[in-house]
Amino acid sequence: MLILNNVGMTYHSGSGPVEALRDVNLEINDGEFVSLLGPSGCGKSTLLFIVTGLTVPTAGYVTIDDKKITEPFHEAGFVFQDHLLLEWRNVLQNVSIQGELRGMDKQVAHERSMELLHMVGLEDFKDKYPHELSGGMQQRISICRALHHDPKLLLMDEPFGALDAFTRDQMRVDLERLWAKRNSTVLFVTHDISEAILLSDRVVVISRRPGTVLEQIKIDLPRPRNFSVSESAEFLSYKHRLTKTFMEMGVLYE
Amino acid sequence: MIKRMKKRWLNLFWGLITFAVLIGLWQLACEVFDVPMYLVPPPVKIWEALLKYWSVTVRANLLYTLSSIGIGYALTIVISIPLAILFATSQWLEKTVYPILVAIQLVPKVALAPLFIVWFGFGLTSKVILVFLLSFFALLVDATTGFKSLNPRLVFVAKTMTNSPWEFFWKIRFPAALPHIFTGFKISISSATTGAIIAEFVGSNQGLGYLMLRANGELNTPYLFAALLVLSVVGIALYKLVEYAEALVIPWHSSVRTRLQ
Ligand SMILES: Nc1ncnc2c1ncn2[C@@H]1O[C@H](COP(=O)(O)OP(=O)(O)O)[C@@H](O)[C@H]1O
Ligand SMILES: [Mg+2]
Repeated sequence: MLILNNVGMTYHSGSGPVEALRDVNLEINDGEFVSLLGPSGCGKSTLLFIVTGLTVPTAGYVTIDDKKITEPFHEAGFVFQDHLLLEWRNVLQNVSIQGELRGMDKQVAHERSMELLHMVGLEDFKDKYPHELSGGMQQRISICRALHHDPKLLLMDEPFGALDAFTRDQMRVDLERLWAKRNSTVLFVTHDISEAILLSDRVVVISRRPGTVLEQIKIDLPRPRNFSVSESAEFLSYKHRLTKTFMEMGVLYE
Repeated sequence: MIKRMKKRWLNLFWGLITFAVLIGLWQLACEVFDVPMYLVPPPVKIWEALLKYWSVTVRANLLYTLSSIGIGYALTIVISIPLAILFATSQWLEKTVYPILVAIQLVPKVALAPLFIVWFGFGLTSKVILVFLLSFFALLVDATTGFKSLNPRLVFVAKTMTNSPWEFFWKIRFPAALPHIFTGFKISISSATTGAIIAEFVGSNQGLGYLMLRANGELNTPYLFAALLVLSVVGIALYKLVEYAEALVIPWHSSVRTRLQ
């Protein structure tokens, strides 16, 4: 279980202090898929860095399975909006680096990578280089790399933000399928209301800066959630409710 | 692919034709206007001079110049790259040592060349030092930029994968810096050649620069042009060599990919 305890973060930059997060309290169960939904600049990325021990909070603390996080957490996989693939490595090597850096045998790492590439339908592209692939493919590879070591925690920071609408929908369905096959806890950052609902077990709404938990909504839609779910009445009512929250926050207005 | 290669050969072909036409015009102009040999010799005479002097003096002096460039440039590589790594990792070093290096860089080192001859003698050492001094800064700056240019989010991703700074450096930071390092190599290699020739001009009894001075003193202009021709070929060849190494080492980088198209 992942617990955030009164987490606060104030950056000190040249132009004075910036309070990014204040009093964030959150409990996330093992295997849960949680979206962090909030306007841009509200500290969502910062929160992911704090959870994984890459940024030290200026207030509060994080525990994972009752252990306080004080250094980079290694049972984590990251996916960002930019794929961050290594341009000098081909697809297979890019996925395998996860294992290589962890001291895994190269052959074993490659086999594991091929398994993942197969699951996202890219095994035929294993010898290609990142620049030879479309944005959607690059992001799939990036997800494979993040899952290579079967991480306890998968952190995704607007991973589909740079993709076109069709690719996004497809990626969402693919991600759900990948996630269903393992037991990672997912923290998924987005500012897209529909995406958050369609993917998550729970949507956590973060307020404008300084970011804090404003509202939490449990999403009770059956899985797997195929394309038609977005037309269901339940989905629309969730969406309605979240849109209202955002209007109250002043992020959306008519 | 085949089309692309065809195009490259075609470009080379037209390049050669243009070159031949220019040489032809030069030859023609010299004959038509009866240009005195000691001012501008015709290409044929330069070629004759080159053939005549090649094994007598040119070859040995070429080797001398090449060795001062080679040793000086090697020094540049083994000093600039580790220094760049230090600067990229330590802000303190960058704040204290870097400004001193910039100050050194701003001193017109060419003006110091006579002093180096006094200090380090007529031999190879003074040449090597000038080659090094003229070429190390560009590589240092570019390599430092390279080692610092890693996307901070990629650093985060890597930190979740490993605690070993060593692994991180060799598998991620170093390859990521290579494109910048090669930019530095390319700029440095031209400065290295310049450095060797200047040092030879200032005080030497060997090298292509020395040979040019001697030919000049004898008013043997075809000989001078022959040495100049060899020097130009050296400059171009060294640059092309670095470019070739670049294409070999970082074929994945966009600068190389667009060049090969
Ligand atoms: N390293 C940093 N130094 C200073 N300010 C930062 C830093 N990182 C983020 N911030 C500031 O903190 C706030 C939250 O940033 P971030 O976590 O990236 O928000 P989000 O991901 O929700 O868009 C922003 O105002 C941003 O400018
Ligand atoms: Mg962000």
